[in-house]
Amino acid sequence: MSAAREPEAEPSEPESQRRLVDVVLRARTFGIIVVLGVLVLITALIQSRFVGGGEVRFILSQTALYALVAVGEAMVILTRNVDLSVGSVVGLSAYVSANMFGTHPGIPIVLVFLVGLGVGLGCGVITGAITAIGRVPSLVVTLAMLYIIRGVDTIIVGSGVVLASTEPNSFLNIPTATIFGLPDLALAVAVVVAIAAYYLNSYRSGRDLYAIGSDPDAARRAGIPVAKRVFTAFVISGGLAGLGGVVWASQYATIESTAASGLELQIIASVVVGGVAIFGGSGSVVGAALGALLLQTINSALNVIGVSSIWTEAISGLLLITAITLDRGIQLRVAAALRRRRVRLGA
Amino acid sequence: MREVSEQGDPTNPGGQGSQNVERGRLAGGAADSPSTASTQLLSQTGARPPILSVREATKAFGAVHALEGVSIDLYAGEVHALVGENGAGKSTLVKIFGGVHQPDSGELVDADGHALVLTGPADAREAGIAIIFQEPTLFPDLSVAENVFIGRQPRRSGGRIDHRAMRRQARALFERLGVPLDPDRPARGLSIAEQQIVEIGKALSFDAKVVVMDEPTAALSATEVARLFGVVQSLRDHGAAVLFISHRLEEVFAICQRVTVLRDGRRVLSQLLGELTAGDLVRAMVGRDIAARERTQHDAGAAVLRVAELQRAGIFKDISFDVRAGEIVALAGLVGAGRSEVARAAFGIDVYDSGRVLVGERALHKGRPIDAMRAGVAFVPEDRRQQGLVMDMSIIDNISLASLRRLSRHGLLIPSVERSFASDWAARLQVKYGNIANPATSLSGGNQQKVVLAKWLSREPAVIIVDEPTRGIDVATKAEVHRLLVELSRSGVAVLMISSELPEVLAVADRILVMREGRLVAEFARANASEERIMAAATGQADVPVALESSPA
Repeated sequence: MSAAREPEAEPSEPESQRRLVDVVLRARTFGIIVVLGVLVLITALIQSRFVGGGEVRFILSQTALYALVAVGEAMVILTRNVDLSVGSVVGLSAYVSANMFGTHPGIPIVLVFLVGLGVGLGCGVITGAITAIGRVPSLVVTLAMLYIIRGVDTIIVGSGVVLASTEPNSFLNIPTATIFGLPDLALAVAVVVAIAAYYLNSYRSGRDLYAIGSDPDAARRAGIPVAKRVFTAFVISGGLAGLGGVVWASQYATIESTAASGLELQIIASVVVGGVAIFGGSGSVVGAALGALLLQTINSALNVIGVSSIWTEAISGLLLITAITLDRGIQLRVAAALRRRRVRLGA
Repeated sequence: MREVSEQGDPTNPGGQGSQNVERGRLAGGAADSPSTASTQLLSQTGARPPILSVREATKAFGAVHALEGVSIDLYAGEVHALVGENGAGKSTLVKIFGGVHQPDSGELVDADGHALVLTGPADAREAGIAIIFQEPTLFPDLSVAENVFIGRQPRRSGGRIDHRAMRRQARALFERLGVPLDPDRPARGLSIAEQQIVEIGKALSFDAKVVVMDEPTAALSATEVARLFGVVQSLRDHGAAVLFISHRLEEVFAICQRVTVLRDGRRVLSQLLGELTAGDLVRAMVGRDIAARERTQHDAGAAVLRVAELQRAGIFKDISFDVRAGEIVALAGLVGAGRSEVARAAFGIDVYDSGRVLVGERALHKGRPIDAMRAGVAFVPEDRRQQGLVMDMSIIDNISLASLRRLSRHGLLIPSVERSFASDWAARLQVKYGNIANPATSLSGGNQQKVVLAKWLSREPAVIIVDEPTRGIDVATKAEVHRLLVELSRSGVAVLMISSELPEVLAVADRILVMREGRLVAEFARANASEERIMAAATGQADVPVALESSPA
């Protein structure tokens, strides 16, 4: 995660003032890490098994899927849009890709990932085109897409299921494979997060996403191709959700037409808990990934302690409200601090 | 004055438009005769072609002609003032420069004499034209440096943004402007003055040859204005042409070299400022036919609405006045002088810090419109579409909306009663509608305004406050609204009217109060009022005598 920010750090620059924008962002990221630390510590004190290698690997492996989809969702939310269709895309992609093993026995796993990616990109293109070119509010478009894609999924699946027995072991072993003791999946997703973070920071088109979310009209006036950028964000979100579908298939093995239902809300929760403003313009994909990690850790922690899974959802909700309230507070304080700064520097 | 312009335009086709000096009839007797002004301009322009010109631009919005055959020449290294009353067409001209509007006819011409077609803001920027709006819109979440360079960030290998170079260049820009803005801070929380500086920095960063500033000083403090003037001078010294729009004539004389006056969408004057006095400009701005003042004087009754020492920090101060039964009092002044704010506070829409509002002997609670309504006050707001009407509701519903309690029987509304009530009032105000059950959107602007009036008049108020009652409505309906207001006052209603149109003020009002920068600065009885005197008071010009004249109270 820190790798993503390194190109930004410029110790050679002789300025005493840190970039205030970054300071705020870092504080937010730091806050999640602190909460994570406290959470792990308390859970470990109650149940020491929680910090064992097996449990940590499990959490990281679980987080990988959520973080992957959250990166795409974060890019959409940064532009003051939202993608509610990601859960359905994951479900459709999971079925279509896993089904390949049954219809084309011996198919290379890479090809299966490409099929999942293709399904996601296709969905993203449709959603993005309607939203960006048709100028229809994304909330409505993606809500409709949520049902449409799920409906298509149900029709394709019919009453059938993909069973674990049709899938090769090499595929089902993906979630448990490790390098240097860390899950492959988590490492791969970390690379995706790093690339996305670098892109958003260091390319004009990446910065444009922030500008669009900050003030869409001003972005249009500044000559930013708003429709094109929003379209791209949706395509990326769809593509990552498509890849997420393949990961889902490898984790759950048995795929029904209801796979990943309701996932979109957990993804959006992760993104918002991770500090991406729900009305766009600020936040980072690193934060979104950390948000996913935090939510998954909470799930596991409650599970380990023996709290009923009924409670975990309520607690996730509570966390979401806390995060948003906290953000609002921080934002007001920062705004006040900035006004004071103006008095000092200005005039 | 229409005739003067029409005579002027055809004699100066195409590029010669710039040398045409049209002057209002009232300005004819001023220091310079039009012919000498022309020759001076001719020699001036002969030496140096304008860097950007607008030639014979005409722009209409529906039936409203915002600009009619306006030409203006901008020269490198010169600050050109654009002045005119509210609604004279300045903003439309600015938007043509900015590529937001395209003229219906006429064209923009660059330094080489080629026509420029701007189809959007990006085109204008491409052509080296920067517009600084009164309240710029920046990206609050992005840093100041990124706001300057958005979409044009300096790049290094692989198309990556060179953050360090961007910061360095931004810092250099602000140093050149002499303003210590931190390029790294987010734009959120910047003052309007600082936001303008960021916009000016942006203009510098793409080497804008023409900088248009639309009333940049309206929201600035004195020190900020001084700093802005320094920046404008530095722009000029670097060879930029600046078009500077301001209502404050002292600012125009302080930093501009040339001036163009617009009135009713036409250019009435364009020449070097050195040859002019503030009085000339005021006359040029208002010098149209004085509206017919056929109204006979009549006696007003006792004070009905009394506003005493009303004050709201930063908005208005020490506002005291009475409106008597049967009297029409106009609040005149420039946009932003605080007129609407006073009216809104008096009616209870906005709160105020101190002072009192009385209707008859009854003191109104502050911040409670319902209290004002019960006391018999009606308020017709400025923006009828947003505040005056529920656009999607029927004409019936809109008219009866403020009288529902009176129209209901045992808490229930009876459609037939509502309908006859509404059609009765619609007929009294001569509202022209297709079907009274149609939504308000089906009406023309003038008829919409009549519906708003009907809604409030049906409550039979003792006091009626009307804010810009004829904005954007056609001449015929305008006259009807004027007649209506006069009739109302005859029937003993106290009328407080806010209007930016001086002919309207002079035609309708018995007494005129002038506000400037949140204060009441002058009061004229109908007999003593003239457009020049009101304008002088509203702009704070001393050379036209401004006296605080007592009304026959």
